[in-house]
Amino acid sequence: MNVAQQRAEAGRLRAAFEAAGGQPVECSILQPAGVFLDLYGEDIRARAYVTQDPGRGEQMLRPDFTLPVVQMHMRNGADTARYTYSGEVFRRQEDHPERASEYLQVGYEVFDGSDPAAADAEVFALFSEVLRPYGLRAATGDMGILLAAVQGLETSERRRAALLRHIWRPKRFRALIDRFSGRAAVPPTRSALLASADPMAEAGPMIGLRSQDEIAARIEALRADAAEPPLSEAQVALIDAILAVRETCVFALEHLRDIAVDLPTIGAAVEQFAQRCEAMYQRGVDVANLDFEAAYGRTSMEYYDGFVFGFYPEARPDLPAVATGGRYDALTRQLGSGASIPAVGGVIRPDILVALETEQ
Amino acid sequence: MSIKLGVPSKGRLMEKTFEWFAQHGITLSRTGSEREYAGAVTGIEGIDLVLLSAGEIPRELAAGRIHLGVTGTDLVREKLVQWEQKVEEVRTLGFGYADLIVAVPQAWVDVDTLDDLDAAAAAFRAEHGFRLRIATKYHRLTRDYLRFGGVADYQLVDSQGATEGTVKNLTAEAIADITSSGETLRANHLKILSEAPVLRSQATLFRSRAAARDAETQRIMSALYDALGLDVRNRVAEA
Repeated sequence: MNVAQQRAEAGRLRAAFEAAGGQPVECSILQPAGVFLDLYGEDIRARAYVTQDPGRGEQMLRPDFTLPVVQMHMRNGADTARYTYSGEVFRRQEDHPERASEYLQVGYEVFDGSDPAAADAEVFALFSEVLRPYGLRAATGDMGILLAAVQGLETSERRRAALLRHIWRPKRFRALIDRFSGRAAVPPTRSALLASADPMAEAGPMIGLRSQDEIAARIEALRADAAEPPLSEAQVALIDAILAVRETCVFALEHLRDIAVDLPTIGAAVEQFAQRCEAMYQRGVDVANLDFEAAYGRTSMEYYDGFVFGFYPEARPDLPAVATGGRYDALTRQLGSGASIPAVGGVIRPDILVALETEQ
Repeated sequence: MSIKLGVPSKGRLMEKTFEWFAQHGITLSRTGSEREYAGAVTGIEGIDLVLLSAGEIPRELAAGRIHLGVTGTDLVREKLVQWEQKVEEVRTLGFGYADLIVAVPQAWVDVDTLDDLDAAAAAFRAEHGFRLRIATKYHRLTRDYLRFGGVADYQLVDSQGATEGTVKNLTAEAIADITSSGETLRANHLKILSEAPVLRSQATLFRSRAAARDAETQRIMSALYDALGLDVRNRVAEA
């Protein structure tokens, strides 16, 4: 093991982030599990180490820094700030025992609402600069465009909320689109339920916490949904068109502006993307050759809701991403108990960089 | 060196396993007093019988402390990460059938699919302020199944027994458990979702991929496979 090399690499990265204006912060390794469970749901148990403390309840070995850093920032008044940190994170690797379950992360986070496009560009340009010697492939995307597209669909509020809830689960999202557009058949038990004059006739005794009122409310919602016209093919085609955008930033922008003509609600998000491209160009990023994928960031980055990016060792598809990051405005609201502040940041894995160096 | 065969130490699973081996001319029996977990094998040479709790057999196979073991597929898949690399399924035995299923209260007339369960979980969390609780002892299998089915806003709560009672006792809203006939579920006013089960399980003979081998164990293994009517790969030539 080349732990010393990894630590040296982490030190170099953190120094670069400090030089860029990041104030160094530390976080406990042992974190209360509740906040992670609330955010990620039960799935986090398969990916993180959870342990029981008789006094403090469930604790977790920190699976990332972003959450504790956001919590700390929101507790301390949520002003404009730039942070950097460096330390171990812990991940269970049930499906990939060959992957590291303990590794260093060095991060840079910007809490600054004055000019989000500029903050996105600042973080991305900094990461590009620091990682330049490694010849990595950069991937970018923007969850804000897909979110805006769903918010603009001509359908009921309930359907939009269901789609937004599953925007990070592509398979389930697709199943909902198929159901709302009438492509998927209604299950027979559902039809029978909706046709029944007294759905509770065969219900038997009420047991458990979920009350009869809650069941009645859902039946009511299902009836209202059944009475609604299907989501039109044209609307589905617009979502598909957005998800299919995958080209360099300049062409992607042009393409998305065309789609915005038919789906004006994405206009503001697309212009945000345009401003980011401009800000990145100003900072010397080669935007003309930078890849953009509208569906990027949908699978593993549940709290990102705007700009998303990653850096990958193209010659080593067996290795995970060297760096990932993005914008998480909604997370600051969720953890801010009332307060919120636009925020963007990312992390680098020095162990992967060392693996790449050793090979060279 | 002999071969160690792990078999459930009590109950129907033990009796059925004894019967199955007897059909192939191999007699397994418990020896000593009623309470002593010792056993004997006749009809074939070189095999030691190890009586164990069915739940411990996967672990013993993975560690290579037994060469062969009879237990349920459910236990192997729940307890062994990457089970296929640790054990080989030699033969399903045709008994001990049980399905791992997700069940909800009969009164939830609006919930019949995983889709419904997900929608109910979202509404439940909004109403009660915590995620819908599913009681189980099969955490890994259930979590994988629900993730694949796109269910969010739930939490698993551990239940090592009497799981069907947790809903009535208000410690869970739904359960994921093993059932063979569904009678206990019905008696507790629960119904199974109309979906493929999490897992269809039956008693199965497993071979450890980690247990120590030499020419002698290979020879005994070949003789046992012949007696059981199984194909022998890499048969060791008689010396």
